[in-house]
Amino acid sequence: MASRKSGRRVIGKALRKVDAVAKVTGATKFADDLAFPRMLYCKLLRSTQPHARIVSIDASAAAKLAGVQAVLTGRDLPIPFGILPVSQDEHTMCVDKVRFIGDPVAAVAATSEEAATAALDLIRVYYEPLKSFASAEEAVAHPEPRIHDYGDTGNLHKLIDLEFGDAAAGIAEGDIVREDLFFFEGNTHLPMEQHAAVATWSPDGKLTLWSSTQTPHYVHRALAKVLELPAARIRVIATPNGGGFGGKSDPFSHEIAVAKLAMITGRPVKITLTREEVFYCHRGRHPTLMWIRTGVKKDGSITGMHFRSLLDGGAYGSYGVASTYYTGALQTVTYQVPSYKFQGARAFTNKAPCGPKRGHGTPQPRFALEVHIDKIAEELKLDPAEMRLKTLVPPNSLTANYLRVGSMGLGQCIEKVVEGSEWKKRFRKLPRGQGVGLACSSYISGAGLPIYWNNMPHSGVQLKCDRGGGVTVFCGSTDIGQGSDSILAYIVAEVLGVDPFHVAVVTADTDLTPVDLGSYSSRVTLMSGNAAVQAAERARQILALHAAKKLEVPGDRLTFADGRVFDSKDPKRGMSFAEAVQWAEAAEGTIGTVGSYTPPRSAGKYRGAGVGPSPAYSYSACVAEVDVDPETGIVRVPTIWIAHDVGRSINPATVIGQVEGSIYMGLGEALMEEMTYRGDLKVVHKIPSLLEYKSPTTLEMCDVITYLIEDPDPNGPFGAKEVGQGPLLPVMPAVANAVYDAVGVRVDEVPITPEKVLKALRKKEKGEVPRFGPDRFPDIPWPEPTRVPTPWEGGDGKAVERVHA
Amino acid sequence: MSNESKVKIALTVNGERTEVAFAPHKTLLELLREDLGLTGTKHGCELGECGTCTVLLDGTPVLSCLVLGLACTEHSVRTVEAMADGGKLHPLQETFADLGAAQCGYCTPAFLLTAEALLTENPKPTRDEIKDALAGNLCRCTGYIKIYEAVELAAARMRGETAEPSRESLYGQP
Repeated sequence: MASRKSGRRVIGKALRKVDAVAKVTGATKFADDLAFPRMLYCKLLRSTQPHARIVSIDASAAAKLAGVQAVLTGRDLPIPFGILPVSQDEHTMCVDKVRFIGDPVAAVAATSEEAATAALDLIRVYYEPLKSFASAEEAVAHPEPRIHDYGDTGNLHKLIDLEFGDAAAGIAEGDIVREDLFFFEGNTHLPMEQHAAVATWSPDGKLTLWSSTQTPHYVHRALAKVLELPAARIRVIATPNGGGFGGKSDPFSHEIAVAKLAMITGRPVKITLTREEVFYCHRGRHPTLMWIRTGVKKDGSITGMHFRSLLDGGAYGSYGVASTYYTGALQTVTYQVPSYKFQGARAFTNKAPCGPKRGHGTPQPRFALEVHIDKIAEELKLDPAEMRLKTLVPPNSLTANYLRVGSMGLGQCIEKVVEGSEWKKRFRKLPRGQGVGLACSSYISGAGLPIYWNNMPHSGVQLKCDRGGGVTVFCGSTDIGQGSDSILAYIVAEVLGVDPFHVAVVTADTDLTPVDLGSYSSRVTLMSGNAAVQAAERARQILALHAAKKLEVPGDRLTFADGRVFDSKDPKRGMSFAEAVQWAEAAEGTIGTVGSYTPPRSAGKYRGAGVGPSPAYSYSACVAEVDVDPETGIVRVPTIWIAHDVGRSINPATVIGQVEGSIYMGLGEALMEEMTYRGDLKVVHKIPSLLEYKSPTTLEMCDVITYLIEDPDPNGPFGAKEVGQGPLLPVMPAVANAVYDAVGVRVDEVPITPEKVLKALRKKEKGEVPRFGPDRFPDIPWPEPTRVPTPWEGGDGKAVERVHA
Repeated sequence: MSNESKVKIALTVNGERTEVAFAPHKTLLELLREDLGLTGTKHGCELGECGTCTVLLDGTPVLSCLVLGLACTEHSVRTVEAMADGGKLHPLQETFADLGAAQCGYCTPAFLLTAEALLTENPKPTRDEIKDALAGNLCRCTGYIKIYEAVELAAARMRGETAEPSRESLYGQP
């Protein structure tokens, strides 16, 4: 069994996930599968107005309807909440005004779903409409009326201006200076499971909430705040998520509403959102307009870069401040950028709130950057793969914006996909209508800072060894399908030398498990994995101490493997793992340990330095091949080659699953997925359904050729880095670059729909610039820049003090 | 409404003759999940768009959210709960588990049953035939590829062939 080179028996093996059998037998209990005696059903009334003052709400008729047990409106829960401490701008139900069509206004609990639905029809809401804003540009142009009474100015929620070194001077040193504009349309997660939650209230003052959430710890905090209950009397259990992708990372109105309704009625209360409501919850990709200017030497090396982004945030803050910083953070970790300026703005609009979707704020700028690089390479007559290889950020280095790059396998990634796709034989050499395009990317393996300021670990693990030989691992992490429960079992099994299927995993329950911040920012394998390593190593130490005494062997000669503890020099001399636990338990009492993980401190000390730092960065390179029909503009993608630097695969089969799933979701974003709004005001969602929101079926999905690059990172457990989000990022630009290779037109906007391709082709026929994309970036009232000297200017990560006149 | 009188029908569910009383407007999906406790059948839209609620009605995949419970009188329904036989996984369940064809697992019951119906009709489907058969089922996690591979591997085993997963599908390209 053991790999001869590494001696590892579990890590690196393609094993089943620990919950695989439950998943394939339908035994997994998702939130909507839970039912309790006397359970009530909750429905939310949602706003029909995009932006309006609530004049009055009359729920008296609804309250009298047979079966209705309770009705709530905004005034019943006046305390605001929100995922970020700086954006506490949501209410369980709107109090004074509504901000988008779909904003919750009232909640009903009734003995049947039918009665609850009928009750919603009896609630009368009187609105006084306000002017609504459908795009970031409109919000920039109209500071009044303000959608929120907070934010940097008018309807601009957040404005950022950061400068690392003198970017203008850096850009001017280039042999060429290139400027481009891009637009990335918003899209949504579309998990197959609709969000659901069930709450119970016990007369002893204890609230329990089961919810399909990626972040039970943050839901716990929000419930305590809004319901004014001690956190110690609230238990949040995250049920296995039927897909998350970031869409279940915020505390939501429906979770708080069922909790309050359970408290009022004393009965269990459940809500399952309709698919339409899932579109209103949204928190998906921000529509983002981008402008980029780069100075480049003839050999392809970058001399300086200036990047601007304008994000359409929708109606609420959500993670938006972080999303905005992320649109400017990771440009520097792939190719060397000696000086860098970033200006970012997020606008409020009257549409469903945007937030974190797989890749969080990074797919948009990565699309812009990688297409921009493709254009630069063409202008310089360089092969885009060669150009990238020559300018890679070196491993173990600090970027201009103080991100600490550790292991860096992008070079190997590029070489793999170039070879596998026969890039050199095909790039610019295929017949018209066929093309190949290349793009790269990088992503964080966990955010370096928590959502709310604190000095505590980001992930904690408790471990219990049973005298029967079983091991139970407790961790607050949440399995959303990515396999985080399995990662805990594999790691503990590796360290203690037991069968991973002898490890019981208890996760995502605030009563039972130590805090893990949640399944977001690709943090779980690295952070909960490191915590699990620590807990398991501590347990091994205790067991080894007593096994060594019993076996009369020095402790450092003991091996834990194959369910045994034995002398590595004389393997017959040993005992079973269960016996080792028994000897230790007899000597010391119950055997339990803890482990925790806190990321390294970030190198940047300037305001805004909290977004971007990570213990490790993953890298990906991608080649897409396309067939473009010049008659219809339809783009087909037969094959994508992807190489991903995952540091170390804990389980290569699940790593490949994440890679293929990322390619799939990226392909959807590249070709078809978009949140579209209709009506004169463009604020009515275009039929919020799975039919109208186009996503790839088996018939659109491409073949995927996957290469796993293992460049172990010292900060990762066994060297592991992230894989859940990074491989999505290069797909959209690779497809766009391939479309150009195929038909010679640039579609500088995602998704690349047939209409856009045709429009660009028509322009080409007329001799105009063969391009579809945005042509201006609006004037934004940028703040005074925060100036940070780069490391090579002798900077220490701090901003230069501003001199006040 | 909740006080509406119930209707009683007889049907065969997972091989067992079953009598059940329920509100007449209920769909087969609701009948299975709410009245028979068979929550292995999931839902993603309840509008017939995603395929997540697929079950077999007289051996044919149907969207249980679009079929009235009443219409199943004296018919036979098969759900994921019946796929494992006497504690032994169905070959499709084995390969879905081994290849990681189930990530979040929410769409998995529907894919398993649709694939089972395909293999009953066509024991040796091509990759394109598998894609066609599964085109009505959405999965947001896997990108479908592990699902195709799992169906192909199970099909080979169900034909009596000795088959193992390819190295590339578990470990990637060399």
